[in-house]
Amino acid sequence: MRSEPVRPAGSALRIEGVHKSFGENHVLKGIDLAVDTHQVICLIGASGSGKSTLLRCVDLLETVDAGRIVFFGHDVTRDDIDGILVRRQMGMVFQSYNLFPHLRVLRNVTLAPVKALGMAPADAEAEAMALLGRFGLADKARDYPERLSGGQQQRVAIIRALAMHPKLMLLDEVTSALDPELVGEVLDVIRELAANGMTMLLATHEMAFARDIATRVVFLEDGVIVEEGPPEQVFDSPVDERTKRFLGRVLSAGRL
Amino acid sequence: MTGTPVLGPDRPSQSMEGSSTLQEPGAGAEFPQNFFRRRRSRLLRTQRGAAITSTVSTVTVIGAIIVAFLLAPGSRQVRATYFNLHDMWRAFIGDPHEGFYSVGKGLVVNIEMFMIGEVLILVLALVIALVRQSRSPVLFPLRMLAVAYVDFFRGVPLILVLLAIGFGLPALYLPVVSTQSAFVYGVLALVISYSAYVSEVYRAGLNSVPFSQIASARSLGLRPHTAMRYVVLPQAIRTIIPPLLNTFVSLQKDTALVSVLGAVIEANRAAEIYSSTVFNYSGYTVAAILFLLLTIPLARFTDHLIARDRGRRLAGVT
Repeated sequence: MRSEPVRPAGSALRIEGVHKSFGENHVLKGIDLAVDTHQVICLIGASGSGKSTLLRCVDLLETVDAGRIVFFGHDVTRDDIDGILVRRQMGMVFQSYNLFPHLRVLRNVTLAPVKALGMAPADAEAEAMALLGRFGLADKARDYPERLSGGQQQRVAIIRALAMHPKLMLLDEVTSALDPELVGEVLDVIRELAANGMTMLLATHEMAFARDIATRVVFLEDGVIVEEGPPEQVFDSPVDERTKRFLGRVLSAGRL
Repeated sequence: MTGTPVLGPDRPSQSMEGSSTLQEPGAGAEFPQNFFRRRRSRLLRTQRGAAITSTVSTVTVIGAIIVAFLLAPGSRQVRATYFNLHDMWRAFIGDPHEGFYSVGKGLVVNIEMFMIGEVLILVLALVIALVRQSRSPVLFPLRMLAVAYVDFFRGVPLILVLLAIGFGLPALYLPVVSTQSAFVYGVLALVISYSAYVSEVYRAGLNSVPFSQIASARSLGLRPHTAMRYVVLPQAIRTIIPPLLNTFVSLQKDTALVSVLGAVIEANRAAEIYSSTVFNYSGYTVAAILFLLLTIPLARFTDHLIARDRGRRLAGVT
């Protein structure tokens, strides 16, 4: 997880022609997207454009109707793949934190390493304390989640995912449920992960943040990728009419 | 003009009318003060009045019942039959030489049946609930069986289940199955009947855990049974503790129904034997009092948990 002098880039994730429908609702209409290791890809687009569904498909929380998802060279959409083993290598963070309310912060972080990976509880705790300390939450380890602010809870949720040593982090609008003054502390955590070379695919409404952190920005509308490229290109000189319209709306809402 | 905000800015026509009235010298300045003072005193008076009314009416009703009981033509007879202190004491301690058992000792049997039954019910009901909640196609036949079990035993009165098991199983003359004591059959009937109810309580609890909790457990790579055990079930059980305790208040007293089997000398059966030996029903009154002594503390404890739970949830909102 620490930054290395040389970062050999390889393919972390390839999404190929993915379709997903919920009943009559055709949410993803053929998505192709590649993420290399150490890249940060930001998905932007209006609510309902398919960002969350795409992340959930990658995490195998939803099964795709057509297409393939290739994770470090393995086609994980095949029938004989155990989704649980795949998910242990991906970290997912949700908009509403979803911490386990009945467990203390420390136990929230150690539950999966101990129960899914079979780590010794003492080792898992030591590692969890180190992670909590790194993100300034060591003093919250013995608290229950409800005692924490939204920003703190979301940071714990990120740490909980990191404790599994994921090869890829999926972040689904992780700041959308937060009060404005708490957004910064969560974004700082993501910045640090990016600086340390974490491969990330994230859906976000924070355009300034996306411009700052993204290797590539991907604009989705109506279940298709309309435009993608480096942040300067997508934000400053968008080619497609739909991208221009979306960014115009965001701009008038004061979010850029 | 101090009075106008009371009428609200969203109703301009009224506030216009109001302001024209209030512009009379003196009235505008005085109005709010009078309004609050009168309102507050009236409120206090109303509250006090309501408290007095409710106390008086409660005392009147209870008093009327007592008077009716005391003045009833058969009052003396009923009091001697049900509330004879001498008989109540004799039934409580029992006297084997006279041919009747102690209602107090009988209650110990009720408590035993309750304690053993409670544990078995909690386990069996959980198994039924988990089977019903499972999505695995392999478990489909078991799932149907669980649905049938719950439908059947929730619908059949406990006393019929007791009679069927207590007299039916011994009549089969099977090894082991037919040679148990009436105590065992009684507990078995209670467990079979109550686990059908309690499994539904569990199911309500399991359904109350938000799906997002399951999604985040899955995203961490927990297997379904691990997620169930460490994430879903603990949260479900927390929510259902009050309704579970409520069911157990009811189980506590339903142990008295085992008396229909005759051979288990629990409190109700002891009272029955006393009344048929001495022709006095005071033993039943003792049994009733003893059951109340058991169930009331549990009921108060349930209330306490519910209040604490509600307090927590309200605190969570702010």
